[in-house]
Amino acid sequence: MQNDAVLTMRGISKTFPGTRALDRVDFTLRRGEIHALMGENGAGKSTLIKVLTGVYEKDGGSIWVDGTEGEAHIHSPQDAQQIGISTVYQEITLCPNLTVAENMFIGRSEGAVVRWKDYEKKATAILKNLGIPARARQELSSCSLAVQQMVAIARAVDMNCKVLILDEPTSSLDDKEVEMLFSLMRDLKSRGVGIIFVTHFLEQVYEVSDRITVLRNGQLVGEFAVEDLPQVELVAKMMGKNLNDLEDMQLAGQKHEAGEEVIYQAEGLSSSDSRPFDFQIRKGEVNGFTGLLGSGRSESVRAIFGADRVTGGKVRVRGKETRITKPHDAMKAGIGYLPEDRKKDGIIADLSVRENIILAMQVMKGFFHPMSRAQMEAFADEYINALSIKTASRETPVGSLSGGNQQKVILARWLLTHPDYLILDEPTRGIDVGTKLEIQKLVLRLAAEENMSITFISSEIEEMLRTCSRLIVMRDRNIVGELTGDQLTQAQVMKTIAGGEQGV
Amino acid sequence: MKRREPLSNTQLLMTIAIGIFVAMYGAAMAFLGGGFLRFQQVFDLLNDNAYLIIISCALTIVMIGGGINISVGGVISLTVMACALYLNGTGIENSFLSITVTLLLALGIGLAFGIGQGFLVSYLEIQPFIVTLAGMFLSRGLTTILSVNPVKVTHEGFQALVKTKIQIPFLGYVAQNGNQIPAKLEIGAVVAIAVVVLSYLLLRFVKLGRNIYALGGNQQSALMLGINVRRTRFMSYVLSGLLSGLAGFVFLMHKPAGNSSVAMRSEMDAIAASIIGGTLLTGGVGNVIGAFFGAMILATIQKIIALSPLNESWWQEMASGVLLGFFIILQSVVLSSREKRRARKSAAGGVRKE
Repeated sequence: MQNDAVLTMRGISKTFPGTRALDRVDFTLRRGEIHALMGENGAGKSTLIKVLTGVYEKDGGSIWVDGTEGEAHIHSPQDAQQIGISTVYQEITLCPNLTVAENMFIGRSEGAVVRWKDYEKKATAILKNLGIPARARQELSSCSLAVQQMVAIARAVDMNCKVLILDEPTSSLDDKEVEMLFSLMRDLKSRGVGIIFVTHFLEQVYEVSDRITVLRNGQLVGEFAVEDLPQVELVAKMMGKNLNDLEDMQLAGQKHEAGEEVIYQAEGLSSSDSRPFDFQIRKGEVNGFTGLLGSGRSESVRAIFGADRVTGGKVRVRGKETRITKPHDAMKAGIGYLPEDRKKDGIIADLSVRENIILAMQVMKGFFHPMSRAQMEAFADEYINALSIKTASRETPVGSLSGGNQQKVILARWLLTHPDYLILDEPTRGIDVGTKLEIQKLVLRLAAEENMSITFISSEIEEMLRTCSRLIVMRDRNIVGELTGDQLTQAQVMKTIAGGEQGV
Repeated sequence: MKRREPLSNTQLLMTIAIGIFVAMYGAAMAFLGGGFLRFQQVFDLLNDNAYLIIISCALTIVMIGGGINISVGGVISLTVMACALYLNGTGIENSFLSITVTLLLALGIGLAFGIGQGFLVSYLEIQPFIVTLAGMFLSRGLTTILSVNPVKVTHEGFQALVKTKIQIPFLGYVAQNGNQIPAKLEIGAVVAIAVVVLSYLLLRFVKLGRNIYALGGNQQSALMLGINVRRTRFMSYVLSGLLSGLAGFVFLMHKPAGNSSVAMRSEMDAIAASIIGGTLLTGGVGNVIGAFFGAMILATIQKIIALSPLNESWWQEMASGVLLGFFIILQSVVLSSREKRRARKSAAGGVRKE
């Protein structure tokens, strides 16, 4: 084994009833490296992480950790922490009601009495050392998400961790915060910590990692140095197919011509959360709102759907003036909206796939006109097939599906109502690359074949360039540009967002 | 120089409770005068409500951990009845010894309920509301089984204890006939204050206390932070049970008679006191000092209405209800405006940085 390895996993296997989640996977982490662990949903990344952190027991294989004699036996998260493996999860696993300092020391200090002065002194020193902009006595809930995440990392670092696992740490951070996190990661790396970085964002992998390990279907595809693996090849390895799909789509997105009829038009529309704006979309058009986090892109489409309190403006649907003040109005006018936060606004986790799919349809028909069971089942099956939703059965609770499949269920819900105009707010967030492509293709197909008008919002500009024929750029809650045709390049979008001249 | 942090939510809600208590008491002094002008009034509030203060602490501890315990009133009635029967039937001559045994009996009953309920809630993961509802029925039922009729304590040593009062002359007043009457504080009131102080220290400086806050703040996080979540929750119920038993003993020292309707619905008063004192039912936020003032606010309302022409029990209940509603609205307004301000601040900060 290499001498500089802090963690060596060999032949790790794990079987769940019905699936082989990990099949003899090897993984090596060296001292002072950032190692990206990549794979689609279901590739086995999270299972591998959970085996490593003691959440799951492995069925076979061995783990060696630097500083521990012989094989490491990890049966609980506490075991893992003790031998120097710490994890920072996507969801903050700290207590919001305690102070920053207490969050760093609770659960691992000696003695029965809390020594506040000690905590605060040590915490202040660590925060300063790592350059984390938080105060020791501050309540954690008053810190931004990025800072909370950094506090979690600081806690891990102070526990002398040799292996730091960052599981999707950037998915709820904006660009600025991601940058802060990356500089902290680089700092830790220079101190000799080995970091396992799990993420869906390809660009981020290339920005910060030294090495990439790719998993697919529970098996090891390979370990690569970043410079030897171009982004396109990485995607190909993750998906196990070639990339013609990607290229086809790029062309398709530009080929498709929108119709002439204006389906939806807003003049000076404003809501409690958005400033007045003008907007229109034609039949069969795919357009997008882009801008930084907080630029008002989601707020604008929420205003269109009546999801926030509408405060003014005129709306015309198919040329006819229409009042849309609540989601139900919008639905009656043929508008569908797939919300940004699918856990909060979208799925009802305890209801079955079938019940979630027919929900919007049922609301449209009114609750006094129930659908027959057979009808509901037929609709559910149709869309489970059409969108290839991976679910045990149509009666499985949606909460037990993977993120990508949950998203497809919500999509099915809206498609079932056959809207003229569908708004998709971040439909691909936290979803694996394969499903992302499927959703993008579906968007283009709906526009081309069913003449549906679609507004597509995504944090990933490439994705929007691929699908949209018109991009509305927002900055500080105002529309600052509209890009079409040849202007649809990454450079131009960036320039417009940043405030450069438009239409040059 | 140390930078002052803004008040935490816990501190903010407690401060509001104290403010309301002072305002209410001040208003009573100004408009009702009479007894409210004497210091004895404060002592009477403490004497009459010592058991309520103790179970308010018990509820606060459990509620901070994200739980609930509605059996405390029942446990008091059972304790009072069991202790009264024991004292009347004891063969122990030495009254100090027999009273000690009585105290141990009270604590033992409370502890037994605490352990049983804590086990069901923490290790079998049954809803605390259901478990303690069962505990409430069980304890009330057992009280009646022990004796259907009221039992008056005839034990002389205990009666002496009941009459023992701490006299503080300089807080007293001069009666009309010129006699100096000292302010009197019962032992139970002293015990209640000690419980408040000890609970405060426990929650603030002892690891168990901090773990209870962490548990209420986010159970999953607490687990990931290496806290033994089950044991922490178990201990919060054990503590609340123990305090209920103690409250029963204190109750008996104030009114030395067992009765199946003793401390009826006092669990609801204790929950109200905790909430008024700034404990959130969602857990993680709360403070026993606040709960103490919450109990005092309820007691003051009771007193004010007893002294006013509206002396009917429903007026008191209505006033408590209105106040509780007002408090919850106030809390949610304060907390949500705080959230908004924070969100705005961080959003503004984000924009400026770009």
